[in-house]
Amino acid sequence: MATTAVIDEKEKRSLWGGGVEPLKASYGKLMMWFFLLSDALTFSGLLVTYGLSRFANNAYTGKIEDFVPSADYWPIPEKVFTHIPFTHDPYPLVFVGIMTFILIMSSVTMVLAVEAGHRMDKEEVLKWMLWTIIGGIAFLGCQAWEWTIFIIGDKGRMLADGTMFYGANLHNNEYGPVLFADCFFFITGFHGTHVLSGVIINMIVFYNVAIGTYERVGHYEMVEKVGLYWHFVDLVWVFVFTFFYLV
Amino acid sequence: MGHGHHTTAHAPKVLPKDKEKIKKIWMTALILAVVTAIEFLLAFTIDRGVLLTSIFVLLTFVKSFYIVAEFMHLKYETKTLIWSVVIPTLFIVWLIVALLVEGEAILYVRNLWQWYAGLVK
Repeated sequence: MATTAVIDEKEKRSLWGGGVEPLKASYGKLMMWFFLLSDALTFSGLLVTYGLSRFANNAYTGKIEDFVPSADYWPIPEKVFTHIPFTHDPYPLVFVGIMTFILIMSSVTMVLAVEAGHRMDKEEVLKWMLWTIIGGIAFLGCQAWEWTIFIIGDKGRMLADGTMFYGANLHNNEYGPVLFADCFFFITGFHGTHVLSGVIINMIVFYNVAIGTYERVGHYEMVEKVGLYWHFVDLVWVFVFTFFYLV
Repeated sequence: MGHGHHTTAHAPKVLPKDKEKIKKIWMTALILAVVTAIEFLLAFTIDRGVLLTSIFVLLTFVKSFYIVAEFMHLKYETKTLIWSVVIPTLFIVWLIVALLVEGEAILYVRNLWQWYAGLVK
């Protein structure tokens, strides 16, 4: 990498010689970006595994209206994820759409919090971060409900020994091959853990904003850094939502 | 440690809101919402297949571009930082293609074996 020499009267300082920020980003921000890159690779590994599992199983080839869950072919997501709280009719993919909306909105409020931080507007930062935290907690609640419904099951399936099995766990799946349930739990669980840790970190930063830590420090860059993490969590959900529920 | 007691330093000056920036944030949010709505619409109107999957992947890529470039501000960072984040993710594209092909190969072998096992009872 060619060094860019900044000619100074007193000393020659090159761009990569140390003591300056070559990428114009602080250490903390840079490390957050590289951590997110590594996390992106982890999630990609998991999602690609889901793709591999799906392609390694037969696809359902009949008409969608005639779909019946079976271990012989991969389930159709819009036939599996059809429940909404407080209703009993099937509404395919509506609930997951609500979850996506909540998470994207919480990302928007996070950007607004960062923007307020740039202007040193403590009250606005608190307001927008609070909405972000509420959005995160709402998403976690929704995900917990989704898991519960998935585990409890719907119409059940007759096993080889004649007993009815309802729901899904890591050994049995009424909706289709067990691998579908395994991937669902692992990927959405790993993502949910990230949302949880993001909510906790947001709460810690919220507390620090409230007691004036960043006014003393002189900048709200910490809000920006946790904002990066939160947007990453939202980004992963966009991919999970597409590959699990839509495709 | 500043736990609530007032120091002699005054609070930093709060700058006024930049209407343009805030409008841009909400515009990006609107774009994301519209693209998601389109995805939902397509999910219920077009049959599953290679075309639909490709459209979904494309729209997801559009959404991720807006989230990373605008919300995470990457578009406004230095070129070197942008490339050091983007280039490794290109390897993921290779990973996806490779493993989907592998998955199909596994299915082929699995079906072949089942057929063979059915023949030689």
